[in-house]
Amino acid sequence: MIELLQGLLLLAGSLFMFVAALGVVRLPDLLTRMHASTKGASLGVMLLMAGVALHFLEEVVFARTIAITFFVLMTAPVAAHAIGRAGYFVGIELWKGTLKDELRPNYNPLSHRLHSGLKKTPRGADETAHHEDKGDREES
Amino acid sequence: MQILIHLSFAILAISMVLCFARLVIGPSLPDRVVALELLSMIIVGIIGIHALQSDETSFLDVAIVVALMSFLATVGFARFLERGGRRDD
Repeated sequence: MIELLQGLLLLAGSLFMFVAALGVVRLPDLLTRMHASTKGASLGVMLLMAGVALHFLEEVVFARTIAITFFVLMTAPVAAHAIGRAGYFVGIELWKGTLKDELRPNYNPLSHRLHSGLKKTPRGADETAHHEDKGDREES
Repeated sequence: MQILIHLSFAILAISMVLCFARLVIGPSLPDRVVALELLSMIIVGIIGIHALQSDETSFLDVAIVVALMSFLATVGFARFLERGGRRDD
């Protein structure tokens, strides 16, 4: 019974990884590819490690599999965020069907500055915006 | 059980081939980095299944190290791109 459960976990994990690889090949855009690879591969690694822990049934193996799962869960979103941000700054092409790009009007590609969209400062006058803002608050 | 293990190995091998295709044809450097990260995650899975098949628990330490190294490589590539590396390819 436990062997059947473990085999099903292994099969499900490898199938999720296959779906992630398929998405990385087939999807049209860097951001959509990242979405496929991060989520699918994280779930795949989690299921595979659950299968491995069920096979051994020892405390040491539990600790190691939980360490791997925790590590993948912590690092995959951070790595995806870093590489997506770098790709956007480099100027990757978005997919033609992209409906909304909320970063485009708020980001100055020359000075690498982000506006929040709430502040009404003119474009390009944002170098000392924080200091001016603080000064205004202190005066008032 | 052995059949399921071999089937999982086969599926992971096919996904490695797909990932490698994206690594070769990827139009820009961030695409290749994403494919490389997915490749290392598939390698972590393969190491896990191999530890299960050979009843050797010390392979799991290798999986931990591979996960750590892939994260460091991805963050390093991201820093390199943001600091102004080669823009395409």
